[in-house]
Amino acid sequence: MTALWLILVPLIASIIVFFIRSEQAKKVALVFSLLELALGLWIAYKFEAFAGMQFENKLLWIPSAGIAFHLGIDGLSIIPIILTVFLVPFIILSAFGNTYEKPNVFYGLILLMQASLIGVFTAQSAFAYYLFWEGALIPIYFIAALWGGANRIRVTFKFFIYTVFGSLLMLIAFVYMYMQTPGNHSDEASILALLQFDKTTQNVLFWGLFIAFAIKMPIFPFHTWQPDTYSESPAPATMLLSGIMLKMAIYSLYRWLLPILPAGTFNNAFLVTMLGIIGVVYGAIIAIKQDDMKRILAYSSFSHVGLMSIGLFTFQYVGMQGSMIQMLAHGINIVGLFFVVDIIQRRTGFRNLSDLAGLTQKAPVLTVFFAILLLGSVGLPLTNGFVGEFLLISGLIRAYWAEPTFALIFGAIAGLTLIFGAVYMIRMFQGAMFGEPNANASQMKDVTFTEALTLTPLCIMVILMGVYPNLFLKMSEPAVRDLLQSAMEKIR
Amino acid sequence: MDTKTLALLTLLFPLIGFIVNGLGSKKLPKSLISLIAVLMPLASFVGTILLFNAFNAQKEVKPLVLAYYDWIAVPGILVSFSLYIDQLTLLMLSFVTGVGTLIHLYSVGYMKEDEGYGKFMAYLNLFMFAMLMLVMGGNYLMMFIGWEGVGLCSFLLIGFWNKNRAYNAAAQKAFVMNRIGDLGLILGVIMIFILWNTSEYKDLQLAVDLSKNTYKVDSWQLVVVTLLLFIGAMGKSAQIPLYTWLPDAMAGPTPVSALIHAATMVTAGIYMVVRSNFLFSLAPTTLTIVLVIAIATALLAASIGIFQNDIKKVLAYSTVSQLGYMFMALGVAAYTSGMFHVVTHAFFKALLFLGAGSVIHALHHEQDIRNMGGLRKYMPITFITFAVGTLAISGIPPFAGFFSKDEILMNLYARNPILWGLALFGSAMTAFYMFRLFFLVFLGDFRGTDEQKHHLHESLLTMTLPLIILAVLSVGGGLLNIPEIFAKGGDKMAQFLAPIYETAKKLNPDLFKPHKISHSTEYALMGVSVAVALISIILAYVVFVAKKAVPKAETEQKGLAKVLARKYYVDELYDAIFVKPIEKFSKFLGDIFEIAIDFFVEGTGQLVKFLGGAFRKLQTGNVGVYVFAIVLGAVIWIAFNWLKSL
Repeated sequence: MTALWLILVPLIASIIVFFIRSEQAKKVALVFSLLELALGLWIAYKFEAFAGMQFENKLLWIPSAGIAFHLGIDGLSIIPIILTVFLVPFIILSAFGNTYEKPNVFYGLILLMQASLIGVFTAQSAFAYYLFWEGALIPIYFIAALWGGANRIRVTFKFFIYTVFGSLLMLIAFVYMYMQTPGNHSDEASILALLQFDKTTQNVLFWGLFIAFAIKMPIFPFHTWQPDTYSESPAPATMLLSGIMLKMAIYSLYRWLLPILPAGTFNNAFLVTMLGIIGVVYGAIIAIKQDDMKRILAYSSFSHVGLMSIGLFTFQYVGMQGSMIQMLAHGINIVGLFFVVDIIQRRTGFRNLSDLAGLTQKAPVLTVFFAILLLGSVGLPLTNGFVGEFLLISGLIRAYWAEPTFALIFGAIAGLTLIFGAVYMIRMFQGAMFGEPNANASQMKDVTFTEALTLTPLCIMVILMGVYPNLFLKMSEPAVRDLLQSAMEKIR
Repeated sequence: MDTKTLALLTLLFPLIGFIVNGLGSKKLPKSLISLIAVLMPLASFVGTILLFNAFNAQKEVKPLVLAYYDWIAVPGILVSFSLYIDQLTLLMLSFVTGVGTLIHLYSVGYMKEDEGYGKFMAYLNLFMFAMLMLVMGGNYLMMFIGWEGVGLCSFLLIGFWNKNRAYNAAAQKAFVMNRIGDLGLILGVIMIFILWNTSEYKDLQLAVDLSKNTYKVDSWQLVVVTLLLFIGAMGKSAQIPLYTWLPDAMAGPTPVSALIHAATMVTAGIYMVVRSNFLFSLAPTTLTIVLVIAIATALLAASIGIFQNDIKKVLAYSTVSQLGYMFMALGVAAYTSGMFHVVTHAFFKALLFLGAGSVIHALHHEQDIRNMGGLRKYMPITFITFAVGTLAISGIPPFAGFFSKDEILMNLYARNPILWGLALFGSAMTAFYMFRLFFLVFLGDFRGTDEQKHHLHESLLTMTLPLIILAVLSVGGGLLNIPEIFAKGGDKMAQFLAPIYETAKKLNPDLFKPHKISHSTEYALMGVSVAVALISIILAYVVFVAKKAVPKAETEQKGLAKVLARKYYVDELYDAIFVKPIEKFSKFLGDIFEIAIDFFVEGTGQLVKFLGGAFRKLQTGNVGVYVFAIVLGAVIWIAFNWLKSL
């Protein structure tokens, strides 16, 4: 069993599904995604936290130029891989309630997307990574552009151009670094990490890579594509974007930024941290007065990502581990929440708070699912959101503890997410579910069996990760520890 | 059964109740729901008694640290899922589970007709679980689980009748205000980790002891840590400036007000400070701030209470005020006195709320005391028990409140007589507004509608039984800690709790010096405070019974009374300086600033498009132009090289 299989299964599946031109396509897609989940869980079970890189494939791609196709899984990869294999089946299942035209293409693209995502999370050589990184954009673009809302063409085009622009900078940076490798050249992450650049080069390369990641996350002020894209895309695309795709960028900080450019990362840490903190507050404040539930979630996601992006830049175990576990938690919560909104919109035809009231009268079970996901999102202890936020804020304060006043002020500002998060999430929850039911609420029905089947595992994860977060923290810990230690040595 | 399992079960019983009743709230028969809901907290109560025995049976009585598994383990932050059983835990456990069980029993009668009965009982059980977690947790993060958990339950239960948007707003306000406090608390915990590398109570006491030369008494680290923790206490225990959620929280069903917003949850802040006494005692500056805020809160809330006409609002403000008294005790490092008042207050305030609930139930959700009166005849048990509660809160001997409040007053006097005077003024107001309430509800003639009068009845046994038990406790609760001048060695609670202050005593002995008040002064102070209470009661009697005055509506008041009736306009103030500006800012960012940023993004795209368009024009296809460009380029290149070679 190797990492390659994790890519091949959804890739082959997507090709198969493309050829099934009937409603059966979605079932086949689901079966394959479940097979992928089983593979992923097997790998997670077999995974040894202290064993470094595992499940490797080293294929030669362009041997004459030293370009390899190297896949592998270590403690940094395992968390986003678990996230991907866990979420995709439920994203597929969540789409069952809607009829999409050309289901074969729709579900095929989702599987293709999964293959690319896994590729990003397993690639250990730069050009393979870049291939998957760009490869992930194509299916999501088509899903959003073909099945999205009224403004989809304009919005998705902007999203596409914006992220491609970022990727281009990244490609230039990679090519430059590749050219600096000795001998026949190599694009292996481990070889690139041996390169020693002077300070200016590190800074330039840092921004080349970081802007690509910053757009994808997105981090303030590179985020303006996000609310429109989230609200115009069909629910499964929004889930893929917010649940998994933005974690590509966070993960990449760990894999490609810090190991190769430790000094550049360190030098720019303060600036990025400030952008992250601004994003936390900025997104949360905007979310408070939005009417469209999808936009509330979009801004909430933006706010949460602001905090997550800080994790690595704290140069603290605590913060880095916090951002690792928060990736997983946020992905689960946001996918669940977008699904809840999708269910409401399917039934009532509305997703603006001003049109909704009292849905709980007709949908008590949905209310419970909604509430659990909401608690995870606002970071109540014993749900998954708490651990990450606590560790991230701890890490932030520790990072600046040399100046305790500033450290506590930063911590308090970042911690505003606890307060504002409660404000906008409760406003959304109460606005839609509570109150005297209006005419639109009469259309409401409670969750179907399939929907419950999707929401239950997500909610179980919310609780499980909150009660026993160490299960996941343990997996990434040795890798994070090594990464930070070697980075700190290089900076000195 | 070993203690570890026993403690875990004591914690988990109510959670089991929540899960069973939560899943079966629509399907299970009501009688089964009631049985489970009441038996689970009762089981925890029994568990508490067994824990008491196990604790005392130790050869050497010391705190039990029970660790179950590693909850969060990251280099620098190790948090185990651990429980901590010491004297303070046992004290809290016994009244939380005891009063909790009684209120569950009461709820069976009170909520029987409600369509959400199963859900309600499940939420109450969940609350019990969170509250037990709060007091049993072995470190600050375990406490924080319970801390936020009770906040969640408070939110769920305030907004229990969720069709009502006003109730929902009250629930949201409670949750958000608590979260403001929680942020302070969590920052404090983070700082504890940075300074001492642990948050386990046991290890932390040792670490604080070891670092006594690094972080000296009143060093900024200790002051900041304790202030941050205290911000958490302000939110949960409704102190200035975070108290305005508690009166609004009365939107919840009355048993909720009794359990959560009077007897247990709101005292979590006091518990936390007492639990952290080895930190607070080392930060006298913080204690002074606590004292000032406590006095201000107690007086402010008491003065508002005088002009409220909603029976539950009066009790709510009295709770805020009484919490202020507890914090006053903590402010002068009289932790045991604070805890003593927590316990007696739990008895008499739960009693008063449940009595109020009995009245509201009988009057079909009438809460305005102007429409009550003369209920003595119709509801004799409620009347007598409510009288006991009122006497207890007013500090009339020998009721429980007298002893606990007097201890606090005594400690304040020992610090500074002015503090004593202020607190005395507060207790005069307390006696006045409580008897105003009592007289208007139970004496005189009934002022409600004939329809209401026709239906007046005493409540069922499930409701009156808890009233009777709580009344007995409100009479006898003072026996827990009798002052020395009445009975030598009567201060049982002080003796019992003494071990939990050992670290603090060792590190800052000055703070714990016994005060030197002579017995005669002590008698005199007691006499004065009783006399003041009696005068207030007589005053209330003259106004509301002899003269049969009925208060005006809050909106019709004039002058100072208007300011008090409108609660000093604090809600309006918060709305104007926090809520409205943030909402406006949100609109500004969302509608204007976002577009401005996007303008740059789109602008870049437009620029590229424009340049593309401009350069496209160069490709005219006219060979003459191309030749001209080539020649021009060549000339410039030659000229450039020639200039460079000069």
